[in-house]
Amino acid sequence: MSVLVYAEHDNAALKDATLAVVTAAAKLGEVHVLVAGSAASAAADAAAKIAGVAKVLLADDAAYANQLAENVAPLVAGLMAGYDAFLAPATAHGKNIAPRVAALLDVAQISDILSVEGPKTFTRPTYAGNAIATVESSDAKLVITVRGTAFAKAEPTGGSASVEAAAAAGDAGLSSFVGSEIAKSERPELTAAKIIVSGGRALKDAETFQATIFPLADKLGAAVGASRAAVDAGYVPNDYQVGQTGKIVAPEVYVAVGISGAIQHLAGMKDSKTIIAINKDEDAPIFQVADLGLVADLFNAVPELTGKL
Amino acid sequence: MKILVPVKRVIDYNVKPRVKSDGTGVDLANVKMSMNPFDEIAVEEAIRLKEKGVATEIVAVSVGPAKAQETLRTALAMGADRAILVQTDDEVEPLAVAKLLKAIADEETPGLVILGKQAIDDDSNQTGQMLAALLGRPQGTFASEVTVDGDAVIVKREVDGGLETVKLALPAIVTTDLRLNEPRYASLPNIMKAKSKPLATKTPADYGVDTTPRLKTLKVVEPAVRSAGIKVADVDALVAKLKEMGVAQ
Repeated sequence: MSVLVYAEHDNAALKDATLAVVTAAAKLGEVHVLVAGSAASAAADAAAKIAGVAKVLLADDAAYANQLAENVAPLVAGLMAGYDAFLAPATAHGKNIAPRVAALLDVAQISDILSVEGPKTFTRPTYAGNAIATVESSDAKLVITVRGTAFAKAEPTGGSASVEAAAAAGDAGLSSFVGSEIAKSERPELTAAKIIVSGGRALKDAETFQATIFPLADKLGAAVGASRAAVDAGYVPNDYQVGQTGKIVAPEVYVAVGISGAIQHLAGMKDSKTIIAINKDEDAPIFQVADLGLVADLFNAVPELTGKL
Repeated sequence: MKILVPVKRVIDYNVKPRVKSDGTGVDLANVKMSMNPFDEIAVEEAIRLKEKGVATEIVAVSVGPAKAQETLRTALAMGADRAILVQTDDEVEPLAVAKLLKAIADEETPGLVILGKQAIDDDSNQTGQMLAALLGRPQGTFASEVTVDGDAVIVKREVDGGLETVKLALPAIVTTDLRLNEPRYASLPNIMKAKSKPLATKTPADYGVDTTPRLKTLKVVEPAVRSAGIKVADVDALVAKLKEMGVAQ
């Protein structure tokens, strides 16, 4: 089987999410990686170095500068004439593009796969992770998004794939990129972090959240996350949200501070290796999944913990 | 401008789903069902655009069993003007739903189709993007702000690093994220009024769409259960444990 992987990148560098997709793709067949971008040769060169990648296709065109789905999907659909499967990361970006590709190819998409069980058989989470379905495709071609935390990352070095130019499909003229507000942070990225410290609604407000959670995260070299309640209340921006509808994470250590543990939140972090919960309510559901629990008022416990580490 | 709002009847978001013991799916017998929460946000956004004078008519659509009429009545009670039910007892995959919606969009010619980014049952997150592809129109997925500006719509999208803004030529498809708005509750008079609003019932065959599933579900199981660990007495004990684990020095 020949597999086309969609590389997530910002033209200059490849995003880590691509590596887990390469691992999933390698279970199906020979892996080629598509880098669609503008002045994106650096990202293509990085993709060529990933262990297990046989070829990189670089579609370099102004139309792909911001990887708008309207422009990228026809490019992918055209290239799929030569492939049996298309795999993209189940990130905001991959989720935007893959179904558009699937519809153009008239195939059902298999979203957010957790494992490859056979050439056409995969497991995927449904009902916010409360039911894991094993599904088999009857389509001639596969379109799949891959949950990054479910697959090991391919080695980013060691490969020596060739980079070939792919013909651009042009600008569909339907959409344009206006701008972005991407937060810059010195902390590790949420989905790539080894340790995450997350705060919930109990943190009261944005100032208290920052004053309580950030020092602990910095002490541990951790990324900062939040529950949906904390994001909805405006303590932190939307990209901090961990949960079924936010980011799915599986770090070595997940510290949940003042998070009760709604199903929605648990779905996003219950695959963490070690979960530590600090909550003053000893009956909070978070303690049912926590390896280490401390029943305490977070406003005393967290500063004390930060001080003693 | 007309707005088309597809809505789905799903398990209520407060109900904990139970996997059937025979592994064929999730037990939905005698379970409370509601409108998919992201679709409620879609209905609300359409109503707000009508209140601003941008939209003139809101048509709610659902693909599902006869009981999906209740979901459509909820949309009508919130403020939609009329409804279309494409009735089927079969499970319809996102691709087939998108084909049905395309056929309806071809008839209704809406300026905007606003729908939830995903349904909380199958968690596919596909229908909006697929519909956009089939219609050959632009898509503004995971919207946190929607502004109609002449013959375009500006959509602020929730992406992994923060927010991104795109400008789409109308007609366009928008899928909603959590922070787009807070849906209203239907008032009792509006619930009464909704009962007399028009609701047309169709079938997939009326639109010539084959809804045969492309995916076969071989089995459905509960996820591996995480067992509760230990509780520590105080911060010192927690620090000691963290040092033991090598998380702290």
